[in-house]
Amino acid sequence: MATDDNNADYILNVSNLTVEISNQPILNNLNFKIKRGVTLAIVGPNGAGKTTLFRALLNLVPYSGKIEWKGKVKIGYVPQILAVRDIPISVKEFLMFKNESVQDIKAVLAAVGLNSEEVVDKSLATLSGGQMRRILIAWAIVDKPDALLFDEPTSGVDVDSEEAIYGMLRSLTAKNEITLLLISHDLHIVREYSDYALALNKCMVFFGKSKDVMDPATQKLIYGEPICKEYGDIHA
Amino acid sequence: MLETLIFSLVVAVAVGVSAGYLGSIMVLEKMALVGDALSHVALPGLALGVLLGFNPLIGGFVFLFISAVLIWHLGKITKLSFETLVGATFTLALAIGILLFGNNLDALEEALFGDITAVGLTEATAAVLISVAVIFLTKLIYRKIVLGLISEELATSKGISVARINLLYLLLVSLTVAIGIQITGTLLVGFLVVTPAAAAKIISTNLSRYYTLSAIFGSISAVSGILMSSYFNVVPGPLVVISGITIFMLAIVIRWRLKVTS
Repeated sequence: MATDDNNADYILNVSNLTVEISNQPILNNLNFKIKRGVTLAIVGPNGAGKTTLFRALLNLVPYSGKIEWKGKVKIGYVPQILAVRDIPISVKEFLMFKNESVQDIKAVLAAVGLNSEEVVDKSLATLSGGQMRRILIAWAIVDKPDALLFDEPTSGVDVDSEEAIYGMLRSLTAKNEITLLLISHDLHIVREYSDYALALNKCMVFFGKSKDVMDPATQKLIYGEPICKEYGDIHA
Repeated sequence: MLETLIFSLVVAVAVGVSAGYLGSIMVLEKMALVGDALSHVALPGLALGVLLGFNPLIGGFVFLFISAVLIWHLGKITKLSFETLVGATFTLALAIGILLFGNNLDALEEALFGDITAVGLTEATAAVLISVAVIFLTKLIYRKIVLGLISEELATSKGISVARINLLYLLLVSLTVAIGIQITGTLLVGFLVVTPAAAAKIISTNLSRYYTLSAIFGSISAVSGILMSSYFNVVPGPLVVISGITIFMLAIVIRWRLKVTS
């Protein structure tokens, strides 16, 4: 996929990215670029290396190859699992880890559709699954990141709230021009709420427009026997 | 006599506050048993101090810290949990300590259960200075440790070195346990790290209330234990434990009556 776009437009440029953990190959030779403001979904079966890709992008695991974030980007990260159930901590205290201003915290709670007066002093352990995911989105955006890495934004949330949360995530990222990388298992969500999809199965097995992910041929690529693809110069 | 009691109470407040504050992290880390068992490791160091004629508390602290670092490294190498490693080693330390004390049963009893008559101006001043330093340093790392507990990845992505902070934390625990031994003895000092925090946790819905209550409960346990010990003329350790457990029971009743959910 040749492109004459200027490299300067890209917020992230990944080339020849390979990750091995305990001599086991987890990711093999990934190459892709992303433009500012784009939403890229990472899909693939369990153990495909999706979370490892995030960890490499955050420099949390050793890797070979190159990961270039453009300039001084601020990266927000929301892991799939947070161990907050057993810690007596209020919503305000949790968000203050990232931003000390109570005013900013109240504003961001309102932005994610929560009644800030009602939840700000509540213990995190008492929140519902949907409220917790909204708090996590608030956590991710409260210090105004340029790029956001979100691992399964709606795990543990019922279907109705899921659509609402993705809709909100989309309007927040569009409004603030945030580049969003999200891991999801739900191809319907990927098609509706992301621009591009990258499918992993230890290596890249598909990269293309998200609207194509429901095609039977594409699904076979994503969930069938892994066939590693070399796309040449590809970008989102 | 009154002077000794006043010095002991000063040590009790200092130790109670710092042990309660530090212990609130230990309970969150689910390392309560580590705090308890680790304190026994001081015994051989105390014995060496008595045998060789230097301040036993310094010996106790050195043994505590070296053991804590050793266990921390073993944990990294073997991937065994802190609990397993401490469980495997603390009885050995207890055995060696008892052998080293030999027939010096008075000194052994003092090491195991505490002795407030040995507390003077120097000990009280040292306890206050060490506690202030421990509280100050704990305050610096408290939020980082909690963030690491919530998600190690989040902490690392914010540039926090979880391993280095844990090491500093172990140093602070060793210091607090070493000064706490004067009040409760090595057998019971772990109690001051664990129970006030446990009582605080069951009635707290936010962090600041949690660690503040933990520090307050720690000092109330220690002070009331010392006062009762002076009144009844018995070793202070067991009475500190009894007053702490009373607070813990009250906390359970409060949680039940006020329906605290956390």
